[in-house]
Amino acid sequence: MLQKRRAGVSSKTGLAGVLAAAGSATVDRRAFLRKSGVAAGGLAALGAVPLATVRKAEAGPMQPGVPIEIKKNICTHCSVGCTVTAEVQNGVWVGQEPAWASPINRGTHCAKGASVREIAHGDRRLKYPMKLSGGEWQRLSWEQAIDEIGAKLEELREESGPDSVFWLGSAKFSNEGSYLFRKLAAMWGTNSVDHQARICHSTTVAGVANTWGYGAMTNSYNDIANSKAIMIIGGNPAEAHPVSLQHVLRGKELNQAPMIVCDPRFTRTAAHATHYVRLRPGTDIPLVWGMLWHIFENGLEDKEYIAQRVHGMDQIRAEVAKWHPAEVERVTGVPGAQVAEIARIMATQKPSTLIWCMGVTQHTVGTANVRALSILQLALGNIGIEGGGANIFRGHCNVQGATDLGLDVTSLPAYYGLSERAWRHWSRVWDLDYEWVRDRFGKAGMTVEDKQKLMEAKGIPTTRWFDAVLADPADVDQPDRLRGMVVFGHGGNTVPRMPEMRAGLEALDLLVVADPHPTTFAAVSERKDGTYLLPICTQFECNGSRTASNRSLQWGNQIVEPLFESKNDYEAMYLLSKRLGIEEQMFKHIQVDGTAPLAEDILREINRGTWSIGYTGQSPERLKQHMEHQGDFDMVSLRGKPGTPVEGEVYGLPWPCFGTPEIKHPGTHILYNTHEHVMNGGGTFRARFGVERDGETLLAEGSWSKGSEIEDGYPEFTYGILKTLGWDGDLTAEELATIQKIGGDDPDSVSWAIDLSGGIQRVSMAHGCVPYGNAKARAVAWNLPDPVPVHREPIYSPRPELVAEYQTYEDKRDFRVMNIGHTIQAQAVKEGTAGSYPIILTTGRLVEYEGGGEETRSNKWLAELQQSMFVEVNRADAARLGVKDGGMVWVYGPAEGKVRVKALVTNRVGEGVAFMPFHFSGYWEGESQRAKYPEGADPIVLGDSANACTTYGYDPVTAMHEGKATLCRIEAA
Amino acid sequence: MARMKFLCDAERCIECNACVTACKNENEVPWGINRRRVVTLNDGEMGKERSISMACMHCTDAPCAAVCPVDCFYTTADAVVLHSKELCIGCGYCFYACPFGAPQYPQLGNFGGRGKMDKCTFCAGGPEADNTPAEYARYGANRLAEGKLPLCAEMCSTKALLAGDGEIIAAIYKERVVTRGYGSGAWGWSTAYPDSQGV
Repeated sequence: MLQKRRAGVSSKTGLAGVLAAAGSATVDRRAFLRKSGVAAGGLAALGAVPLATVRKAEAGPMQPGVPIEIKKNICTHCSVGCTVTAEVQNGVWVGQEPAWASPINRGTHCAKGASVREIAHGDRRLKYPMKLSGGEWQRLSWEQAIDEIGAKLEELREESGPDSVFWLGSAKFSNEGSYLFRKLAAMWGTNSVDHQARICHSTTVAGVANTWGYGAMTNSYNDIANSKAIMIIGGNPAEAHPVSLQHVLRGKELNQAPMIVCDPRFTRTAAHATHYVRLRPGTDIPLVWGMLWHIFENGLEDKEYIAQRVHGMDQIRAEVAKWHPAEVERVTGVPGAQVAEIARIMATQKPSTLIWCMGVTQHTVGTANVRALSILQLALGNIGIEGGGANIFRGHCNVQGATDLGLDVTSLPAYYGLSERAWRHWSRVWDLDYEWVRDRFGKAGMTVEDKQKLMEAKGIPTTRWFDAVLADPADVDQPDRLRGMVVFGHGGNTVPRMPEMRAGLEALDLLVVADPHPTTFAAVSERKDGTYLLPICTQFECNGSRTASNRSLQWGNQIVEPLFESKNDYEAMYLLSKRLGIEEQMFKHIQVDGTAPLAEDILREINRGTWSIGYTGQSPERLKQHMEHQGDFDMVSLRGKPGTPVEGEVYGLPWPCFGTPEIKHPGTHILYNTHEHVMNGGGTFRARFGVERDGETLLAEGSWSKGSEIEDGYPEFTYGILKTLGWDGDLTAEELATIQKIGGDDPDSVSWAIDLSGGIQRVSMAHGCVPYGNAKARAVAWNLPDPVPVHREPIYSPRPELVAEYQTYEDKRDFRVMNIGHTIQAQAVKEGTAGSYPIILTTGRLVEYEGGGEETRSNKWLAELQQSMFVEVNRADAARLGVKDGGMVWVYGPAEGKVRVKALVTNRVGEGVAFMPFHFSGYWEGESQRAKYPEGADPIVLGDSANACTTYGYDPVTAMHEGKATLCRIEAA
Repeated sequence: MARMKFLCDAERCIECNACVTACKNENEVPWGINRRRVVTLNDGEMGKERSISMACMHCTDAPCAAVCPVDCFYTTADAVVLHSKELCIGCGYCFYACPFGAPQYPQLGNFGGRGKMDKCTFCAGGPEADNTPAEYARYGANRLAEGKLPLCAEMCSTKALLAGDGEIIAAIYKERVVTRGYGSGAWGWSTAYPDSQGV
């Protein structure tokens, strides 16, 4: 037998030390790119690599004699926020090591995180700017591309006004990129600026913000370890947020916590549940009201908490009373005994936490679903409690941050909205004249009033842009229809009704896709001209902060220089703004080196303006210090350990981190937690809906955060209130001067949210009070279409007999276009659609891919694991339809779409339900579109898109699409 | 001297495939070769579904070594089963002998011709000098020589996959089972390590 010479002798010096002494063969960045195959072959080439060269030695990850640099960044996939530790030699990303110090991922990754280094190989990346000319892709220089795009934008602006261009941003931006993109849209003169939050958790943000104040996860992944019961509804974190399962399973194992999973599909998460509840897609509200029915019936609600901190619970009781067990079972299909059991568990094993994802949010009743779940947690007194909470798992790596920073058709950064007050606040932050900003809106020659109207009107959302392209201009509430679209970092197969989306693409005068990959937008339509592709680098090639689902901000350091000719988001936006002649205003207080804006400076500007949500304390210096001291934070409480430079601070300074960085607010681990002092991250429910309603107070009664000098409810702070309390004397002269300058002749009205000095926040917190007030959470949200959530059947309901009783919302014009859901629902019932399309179609995620999937399907380590698009068909349905496992089938949507995909025959889905993952594109009705991608930038795996089959349906509050409950017909192909 | 083993806690494994891509990443394993994979049993069946991450288990008295006609296998002092690609003739006997389906073969040319066998090395390289480009080219990384454990286990999202000294990981697993009150046993241990006490 052979014996290994140094078997078992471990060298503790690490590879760097071992190799530093050895030879001198080096590889620089240029050679690496050449050797790693900018022009590498396709799959065939991959498969043919001979065994003796598991890798080419010259491109090897470890080159002897070359020092290794360690760089830390954050994974660019889901919202958990795993730290990526990269090893870099000579500017080449050669290795990835476990990030043991991160309190969030503790060294671990999922398939996506463990393969992010492949992104820096970049075989399938878009390598240089291109344009589609006569149906052929042509290479351009950056100068020419920006010049041509700018010229076309100006032409559209001239002819149709700035609202004729739709700006689609990204949850893959850093916070700085998100903010800059929102600012760019504002200075271009439109509110039609959106991103993936629209289609993932917009209804969560609207639902929870309307309930208790802020649109975010209340606790953290880590805190789930404190839960005594865990309920996951409409979420499959084992695939969508795998590292979160580490924390979920900790809670499950250490506390022997029951883990309840409610989902139409028996998911990989459900496989670990103690209780699996299979409900019919789109019946979440009946299930939740069914649980509350048992809770109220048995008096298991938290009566003291409700009395002190909740408004309107009695109106909920009235609705819940209708949902007796028999009706719940009739509508949801869940056995009555099971509903009673999970209600008892959640109500008796406290603190119990509630986790939800897109199974809840992507519905026409998305906002109402979210509200019902929030009300359940309020009834149980679980909000503001360690181990409790509404643990909403956001989707993308920075979807929370991008939402916070205003990539939203309804708001400026930090949820200020679009009112004149909001625009004046941001004009002050930008140090620009409000009038100049206003003048950017509307067409030349419009009156000031009309311009202001457009400036304060909600824009067109990403679910509806193609309707605004295809519509008669008179049917779009703006000077003209949409004619141009600028997309940064957003997939094109992400919203339903793709056949219409495709027609919309073809009707655009200008399409700009700025992305590391060409994306579906570039290849799905029959466009021949007027498409531009700009290569943008990933966040691994860029500096900046991103906000994880738990509201923690983490600073990522550039690992390698942008690959090929790609540029980062900031620089691309700078070049575009320069061409449009607005760079001086955009970058007035942001340092630009050459053409590269400084990420730290953008964050400092964010810090100066985002008072309403406490993004003000997270200076770049503090964030970098946290990254450096990751190992000094407790794994469960996320607090900095005693004796360390970050003692007492919460990891990543989760917002709200009130006041200026100098006052050292520690960040807020758990929102609305009255058991802590506000200067230690404590809080109350936010007073944002007035102080009284129908003669009842909306302020908290007999509840306040620890150490508060006002021992009862109180409204949000203004300078006037400080004066009433006699605390105005605590303001410094500079703070007072700033307040007076902002207030003009009415300084009393200057609130904690627009006081640029931070003085009002500082003083109120010094007295133990939360700047946003101390109110009750709202079980009844009177400003929403359903103040008390009620069940409404999906547009394409499989149960037409229920539609009469539980019909959808009335048709309504909103977001500048018509929403005709009611008409379509009525038509489907009339036409008997449920009879001809007898299977419920739902969609979801796979662990290997993310979002539209262009990036992950281009990653050879991931693509190998999922090589075909598929539909899950129940065994009984398959037997009936003559569908074989692995055989091809046609799936027809009830509108016009159809896809040809593989059948996966499985009991993961119940009888009468089919599931398709939404990550695939590059096939259209069974035909490969590979030839339409620029050469060498086509993803490895292509497939038909689920959203070619999905259908109409929009939440009236946020225009969220219906992604989880439609109908289909399946036939063997 | 440590006796290296893998242990997959099926109550924790969520089939996230991090172990698979971590292995690809660390060792630059080409398309078509799977040193590690995750297998799901009773997929979609309530109460019965389990996922397990499998690779070479580095067996005691390894069956692959017993059948190899050119005697290319050897066991290190850490009890890691490695092989020499200098000696391997790609005959495929080890594939038939292995109870875990670990050996992998690249296809060479037409007519199903097989190349030299490739498999999990417990991130311990091969017979060449430690951490040399020559060793990496044939066998991938040698983390053990750096005092690190296999990357698949180090990056496991739920810490289901454990790698390290058999006694230590068995103790970790036993403690988990006692705390949570359930466990489905250390998959494959009785096959791979018949001499060790079961867990």
